[in-house]
Amino acid sequence: MRYIAFAFLLLLPVTALAVEPDEMLQDPVLEQRAREISRELRCVVCQNQDIDSSNAGVARDLRILVRERLVAGDSDKEVIAYIHARYGDYVLMRPPLNRATLALWMVPFVFALVSLLVGWTVISRSRRRAAATGFSDDEKAEIARFIEENASKDGS
Amino acid sequence: MGRILAFIPLAIAAIFGGFFLWGLNPDRDPNNIPSVLISQPAPEFDLAAVDGLETPGLSRADLVGNPRPVIVNVFASWCVPCRAEHGVLTQMVEKDGLTLFGINYKDKPEDATKWLAELGNPYERIGSDLSGRVGIEWGLSGVPETFIVGSDGTVLFRYVGPVVGETAISTFREALIQAGALARGQNG
Repeated sequence: MRYIAFAFLLLLPVTALAVEPDEMLQDPVLEQRAREISRELRCVVCQNQDIDSSNAGVARDLRILVRERLVAGDSDKEVIAYIHARYGDYVLMRPPLNRATLALWMVPFVFALVSLLVGWTVISRSRRRAAATGFSDDEKAEIARFIEENASKDGS
Repeated sequence: MGRILAFIPLAIAAIFGGFFLWGLNPDRDPNNIPSVLISQPAPEFDLAAVDGLETPGLSRADLVGNPRPVIVNVFASWCVPCRAEHGVLTQMVEKDGLTLFGINYKDKPEDATKWLAELGNPYERIGSDLSGRVGIEWGLSGVPETFIVGSDGTVLFRYVGPVVGETAISTFREALIQAGALARGQNG
């Protein structure tokens, strides 16, 4: 049991601690906000990491900048806007909805719609076919009679 | 209806195939980050000269009002590709008569001075960006990066990485021609 628990521990993603102690703010509330903002910002050097977990020099500078803006009294949105103005959409981990990203945002819905349409057509077609090859009322009555007769024979 | 349904797999294959074909294009660089600075005014900054160097410092005001577009190169002595790029930039200054400004990024002044003494100093002005804060203003992702700035202070072009090798140099020269800093057919 203990081994299994240990094995599961190994499966946990290793949370990289890139934030160095000298960067951190004294105020735990501000520091928490800084951490959350850092997770929303992409590192421009190592492009699939947020700046919170990146060891790149620029990421460190941006983390310090985020904290400076917070200390200066910026709101979370203002801090992100400040960095967005300098690095563009690319720096945001969540792409904003605009002309360039319209396809990115809309394609899932289009695909869902198309697959629903295809599914609906296939199902309704197979229903119609089932209805067409179904039995007439006379035949249904005959089947019912047949079943009833055999059932009564089994019962005796 | 059945006929149309029969074409769906083909349509899906065509869409995916098209996507893969687009992805195969060797000229497409997924790491290329579009700069927000292009066609925008250059950021506001004012950098002091590198300590111990005679070359004056660099501020935004120096980028405006030049007779021709200027090159702004972000470099550091600790950056190995910068060393390779240095010769190319020097040639552009000496042979093509272009104006080259430098931003010395997060570099120790004594290292930068030594580096320039060894390789030569083609820069008309060099600002010392010790904290890297001006680098962030320029949307820098690393060194070297080279910008072309128009006479009105508008950023016209950005090149990420060293301008070294035939492809990079011809790309950069083409950008200089487009910017009006070089005449076409002028060979360096």
